[in-house]
Amino acid sequence: MNKNNPYLPIPMRLVKNFCETEDKLIHTFDLEFVNKEDQENFKYLPGQFAELMVYGQGEAPFGIASSPNEPGILKFSVAKVGVVSKALHLLEEGSTVGVRGPLGNWYPVEDLKGKNIVIIGGGFAFTTLRSTIQYLLDPVRRGDYGDITVVYGARNPGLLLYKEELQEWENRDDINMVTTIDRPAEGWEGRTGFVPAVVEEVAPSAENTVCIICGPPVMIKFTQPVLEKLGFTPEQIIMSLEMRMKCGLGMCGRCNIGSKYVCKDGPVFTLEQLKKLPNEY
Amino acid sequence: MIINKSEIAGLLDNLVKEYRVYAPVQKDGIVTFEQINEGTQAKPGATSKKPPKEILFPQSEELFNYQVDSQGLRMEDKIDDTKSVAFGVRPCDAKSMMLLDNVFHNDEYEDVYYTTRRKNTLIISVGCNQPASTCFCTSVGSSPFDTDGSDVLLTDIGDSYLAEAITEQGKEFLCKLNLPASDDQAKTKAEETKKQAQLTSEVDTTGIKEKLDDMFDHPYWESLYEKCLGCGACTYLCPTCHCFDIADEAKDCAGCRVRNWDSCMFPLFTLHGSGHNPRTSGKERWRQRAMHKFNYFVERYNASACVGCGRCIKNCPVNLDIRQVIADIKAQDTGSEVS
Ligand SMILES: Cc1cc2nc3c(=O)[nH]c(=O)nc-3n(C[C@H](O)[C@H](O)[C@H](O)COP(=O)(O)OP(=O)(O)OC[C@H]3O[C@@H](n4cnc5c(N)ncnc54)[C@H](O)[C@@H]3O)c2cc1C
Ligand code: SF4
Ligand code: SF4
Ligand code: FES
Repeated sequence: MNKNNPYLPIPMRLVKNFCETEDKLIHTFDLEFVNKEDQENFKYLPGQFAELMVYGQGEAPFGIASSPNEPGILKFSVAKVGVVSKALHLLEEGSTVGVRGPLGNWYPVEDLKGKNIVIIGGGFAFTTLRSTIQYLLDPVRRGDYGDITVVYGARNPGLLLYKEELQEWENRDDINMVTTIDRPAEGWEGRTGFVPAVVEEVAPSAENTVCIICGPPVMIKFTQPVLEKLGFTPEQIIMSLEMRMKCGLGMCGRCNIGSKYVCKDGPVFTLEQLKKLPNEY
Repeated sequence: MIINKSEIAGLLDNLVKEYRVYAPVQKDGIVTFEQINEGTQAKPGATSKKPPKEILFPQSEELFNYQVDSQGLRMEDKIDDTKSVAFGVRPCDAKSMMLLDNVFHNDEYEDVYYTTRRKNTLIISVGCNQPASTCFCTSVGSSPFDTDGSDVLLTDIGDSYLAEAITEQGKEFLCKLNLPASDDQAKTKAEETKKQAQLTSEVDTTGIKEKLDDMFDHPYWESLYEKCLGCGACTYLCPTCHCFDIADEAKDCAGCRVRNWDSCMFPLFTLHGSGHNPRTSGKERWRQRAMHKFNYFVERYNASACVGCGRCIKNCPVNLDIRQVIADIKAQDTGSEVS
């Protein structure tokens, strides 16, 4: 974040523009810091987001998909929906973009130490979960955490993000990586079935376990009762919210749920915290 | 100290040489705060239709401009540190600036555009001898001669104003003006004037925050919004409303980032990129406006976001009256009252 003016983006260079999904709607971008100083000042944790700016088009908020233990770059995976996201998709490698961040709070990685962790993701909302997994698997801290289970679902294999990494994680024995697609598909040898059912099958006991869940509203809606059944209390369920945002600083008044600004007090909340807020998101 | 009314124009002429001076001005049929070049343009004692918040937080402002070309990227932000004087602000509007200070300099971030202007702007207020029928400042913890947020408070005592310094900066400012000292007669007159300023309208706001704590799902909101047109006048003209939009005005790779006032009364305000909208109808939007002013803002900053200026009442095309809303909220049954 620019120390003197939080509205000024820092310049970054687009080094990779990669089409992530078969439907071509999601691209992943690797950005490199232009100034060494900016790189040193950009301290973030999994769950935070940033405003990405395309010069001449505007800016929009996206979760940071890279992890602090991947120094030198920031990664974002962006669905093409409107002005800024379309412009990003069309950018050539080597172009300069602006980045404002890191913004918002993060998954409570400190409090998670000594606990088992279940990560549940659906669709393309897997971005900050990728960041979290990379962070937890870092050899310097993997020992701080208990068992790690990941359930990640997509409609079909072509829509899964980060396919190579998923494969790599599946081959490791310090993480239980479960990838699932909704229905059987040609060439898919992995698991099929909806996320809630798979969670019920593979999730460990709720004891000393925390669950991080991020995905489309329907997935969350149907996974919640499963988690409850497994004994997870609202304090043990952590979610990340999306709202329409502009400033990211708690000033423009756009992203509130009750007295909380999702951009600044969130986007990460426990279900317990959300239950105390008005149901307006 | 005393300022003779006949000398105001001359005094402002002198100030203009040293400061950027804002004052209420009659323009296009309404009174607004404008930068003046001559003292005669000012109408001190007039209440502006648009609140003077725009001196610190303009309706539209450029945050920075940029250019990307073969020479790389250039960016320039425009932070305005011109020494300024806002002359003729109403006490309620001065108080609103203190509320806005909470927003634009929160526990984590500082909006340097706002705070730089704020630091460099002296607020010279004029108390209200005759509050309008729509004013209800005393119901929300203020009064016609409230000094909160002002550097100098002027009291109209007939042919002249009695000037009181409220802050150190106000004191220094008055010293520089070389004004005659106020005599006992003027002081007595000012005291009487303050006492005589009567509000004609009142509404009991005690306990409204707690009442609203239990009212998010109350049926009251189902009907409140029905006649609202969603025009947003109530929020644009409110001295404490601070919502804004950020947009780029650009051609190819050169342009500027601007921010413009926005309103929670507009459906697009919260529309997600996915098409989902957490506030689909006027019901949710009116609830947001009432809740923000009398519950959420209180929760965050320990004060309600209404200074009782009455602008939203005076300018609503369908006469939706926030005083009535407050009274109605207080009268609702939330089932949690101790009887
Ligand atoms: C904390 C957070 C993290 C996020 N992380 C990610 C992420 O990792 N990846 C990702 O892909 N997305 C993410 N999002 C969502 C992302 O911010 C939006 O998709 C993005 O803002 C869209 O911007 P845009 O300029 O492309 O679209 P816009 O052009 O702003 O709008 C897209 C669509 O919104 C509607 N719309 C907007 N404005 C108007 C208008 N004035 N009139 C009519 N319709 C309108 C239209 O349907 C339009 O097609 C995140 C959001 C938040 C808040
Ligand atoms: S809500 Fe209405 S009366 Fe209160 S400060 Fe805003 S415009 Fe004035
Ligand atoms: S001024 Fe009146 S009609 Fe317009 S948005 Fe406000 S309450 Fe609704
Ligand atoms: S995005 Fe501006 S307040 Fe949250």
